[in-house]
Amino acid sequence: MTEPVIDVAGLSKSFTVMRKAGRVRRRREQMVAVAGIDLHIERGAMVGYIGPNGAGKSTTIKMLTGILVPTAGRVRVDGLEPSRARTELAKRIGVVFGQRSQLWWDLPLRDSFDLLRHVYRVPAERHAANLQRYADGLDLGPLLDVPVRQLSLGQRMRGELTAALLHDPAILLLDEPTIGLDVISKEAVREFLVAINRDQGTTVLLTTHDLTDVERLCERLLIIDHGILIEDGTVAGITSRYGTERTLVVDLAEPGEPLRIAGAAVTRVEGPRQWLRFRRDEVSASELLTRVTAQVEVRDLSVEEPDIESIVREIYRR
Amino acid sequence: MASLSVWRRLVGARVRADWQYRTSFFLFLLSQTVVACMDLAVVVSIFSQVDSLGGWSGVEVALLFGLSGVPFGLADMTISQVETASRHIKAGTFDLFLLRPLPTLLHLSATEFALRRLGRVLQPLVVLLAALVLAPIDWSLETVVLLLTTLLSGTLVFGSVWVVTSSISFWTVESQEVANAFTYGGSLATGYPIDVLGTWLRRILTFLVPLAFVAYFPAARMLGRDEPLGQPSAIAWATPLVAVASVLVARAVWSLAVRHHRSTGS
Amino acid sequence: MRLYVEVARRTYARISTYRSATVAGVFTNTVFGFLLAYILLAVYRQRTDVGGFDATDAVTFVFVAQGMLMVLGMFNDTEIADRIASGDVVVDLQRPYDHQAWWAGVSYGKAGYYAVFRGIPPFLVGALVFHLRLPSVGDAAAFLVSVVLAVGVAFGWRYLLQLTAFWLLDVRGANQLGWLAAQFLSGAFVPIVFFPDWLEVTARALPFASMLQLPVEIWLGRHDGLSLVGVFALQVGWVLALVLAGRHVMGRAVRRVVVQGG
Repeated sequence: MTEPVIDVAGLSKSFTVMRKAGRVRRRREQMVAVAGIDLHIERGAMVGYIGPNGAGKSTTIKMLTGILVPTAGRVRVDGLEPSRARTELAKRIGVVFGQRSQLWWDLPLRDSFDLLRHVYRVPAERHAANLQRYADGLDLGPLLDVPVRQLSLGQRMRGELTAALLHDPAILLLDEPTIGLDVISKEAVREFLVAINRDQGTTVLLTTHDLTDVERLCERLLIIDHGILIEDGTVAGITSRYGTERTLVVDLAEPGEPLRIAGAAVTRVEGPRQWLRFRRDEVSASELLTRVTAQVEVRDLSVEEPDIESIVREIYRR
Repeated sequence: MASLSVWRRLVGARVRADWQYRTSFFLFLLSQTVVACMDLAVVVSIFSQVDSLGGWSGVEVALLFGLSGVPFGLADMTISQVETASRHIKAGTFDLFLLRPLPTLLHLSATEFALRRLGRVLQPLVVLLAALVLAPIDWSLETVVLLLTTLLSGTLVFGSVWVVTSSISFWTVESQEVANAFTYGGSLATGYPIDVLGTWLRRILTFLVPLAFVAYFPAARMLGRDEPLGQPSAIAWATPLVAVASVLVARAVWSLAVRHHRSTGS
Repeated sequence: MRLYVEVARRTYARISTYRSATVAGVFTNTVFGFLLAYILLAVYRQRTDVGGFDATDAVTFVFVAQGMLMVLGMFNDTEIADRIASGDVVVDLQRPYDHQAWWAGVSYGKAGYYAVFRGIPPFLVGALVFHLRLPSVGDAAAFLVSVVLAVGVAFGWRYLLQLTAFWLLDVRGANQLGWLAAQFLSGAFVPIVFFPDWLEVTARALPFASMLQLPVEIWLGRHDGLSLVGVFALQVGWVLALVLAGRHVMGRAVRRVVVQGG
């Protein structure tokens, strides 16, 4: 059996934090960010990594890339130990941050690519071939001579993706790559990721808050909360198992008491608007609406899908 | 050497980027020149009151000024900006340097190369050239070699001081000001004959933070002065060794600092 | 008026949280104090008097000056300019308080904290090694008054320098040059009595002497009676001149506000 490209066992990280204890003194406290994670990702997989803010996602990613040294546990990425072989590993990974740029801000996009060729010591012909391929695939041609600071977020993100891939990394790590992008740009990014995973066998690890990213891209999903991996399975499996709750939001003709409806619970009331949580497998949205209109007049309505946070919350509650 | 090539390109990128903001660049360049002139003005003011300082004449002090000012300016231009490490850490952008297959010190210093600080080199250079012409130097091949190695060594020593003091910011982000005492204070101290300083301070500058080797010992040798600080004047030739030692210490301290950062994540 | 006192108090409290930065700053000031003191003492090995200052005067001057630098805030500071550059100043100008008075409050708040925590320690350390002159009670009182005025002069200059942000895209260059000139001509590097005569005369005619040189001269007991009144009058004069200039420039700036967005 081939070695998993990302192989993690018992990975832990705790930080020492100074807490105020009284007016002058400060107390040392251990804050556990990641508490013993086991993880095996096969080469060529496309995996989503989600969890609430503060769950330990970025800490894990930092340990995988060698930015942080683990407190305990074993990490092997592409056969290397990140904390010991940082520079060697860096040549085999590509990283894209949604909220931070790796490009040279004031220079034309082309210059960033050229600089990275030298930073990663990519042979000229291979670099040129890669650049051609990605520039075509992401439609960067007209943008190559534009200073990065003048690019729109969508354009810049396409540039970041190219930059991360020019040195043919075995693994691509993405941290919220679609954040802030318009619908069309999001689609372009997603299609591109699917293509490189399929055509080049690049292993992709994606952290995101966007559920659609997960649904569109990830065959496998990891969910972390409070430093523990609470779910590790296929996307279909998890969403069907947990994404059963929905919320019907109704605007009544006038404010009133919380409704009493069979099969639903009112979670929030704001003036004439009420939020009714129900289970998809128990009652359908239209059935519920019928029950509501039987009692009161409804002016407007909408249905809220569960988001990652609520799914995770639900998972954690069990 | 491959690293040098990458360094060159990163520096080039930074210079081109700064060039986009030309007015700001030139204003800063000007202010740096003015800063250096202020330092000179202090020396000139002092020599408007006396003819010699600590047994060194005006021209001889000018030589000291040049021999310390040029390396300081060069170090300022090439490596001083690693002090931006604390800013990067606070903004979280230091991670970017850890993600690239380059040594962080090389990467950071190249990315933050400050050509605009050239002003701090030019003015002392002028003073140095004037001093070399006017001072009673016994010119020989030895003197020329000494001069060139001293300038390079001085740059490495000042650069090392900068790296070591910037490394502090990995442990306590607030104490950046301490660095100024060593870097700018060091620049001030080396521009004057170290004879004038208190004994304890002279010892520190010879053995602990070896700034006496940057300008004082070499200048004493070039001027044919005997027994500077009670040492044989050949001690000036220890300067390159001191420079190498400083670089090694600096690299070690920096590595330690980065390792600490990678363990604590702050 | 109470508002601005409150601003000062809050600034004092805010600055006092940066404890290690303060300690670091004291260290730097002390180191510079020692270096400058030794350099000046080398001059006194050949002369007993420079411009009326003896060796003790000169060394005392250095340590008092180092203590005062942060009190006066004689450094590149872009707090006000940043808000102008970002456009936030528009919000400030709509508030029902005086923009200049507000920032004066901030300056005095900082001055108060630094006077104690950065002004005194370098002097104490210096006194361990060197013989430093202490002022008489009268001179000490006069010194305090003079420092209060000096902070005002420094503020006036700071305000004016940062207002250039309305016209200059990048204010750092002008700011740095402005403070460099101020430091040099105020005696922060070397007491202006060391300057060649023509330069000393020029320096005394400029506002910068009122920031540092003159107050420290009072500490050294060099101004009594009429001379003292003259110094106070000069300082007050510069405060007024710079404050009024600041208000004038602000008025013009507001009229042609160019908001720097994004």
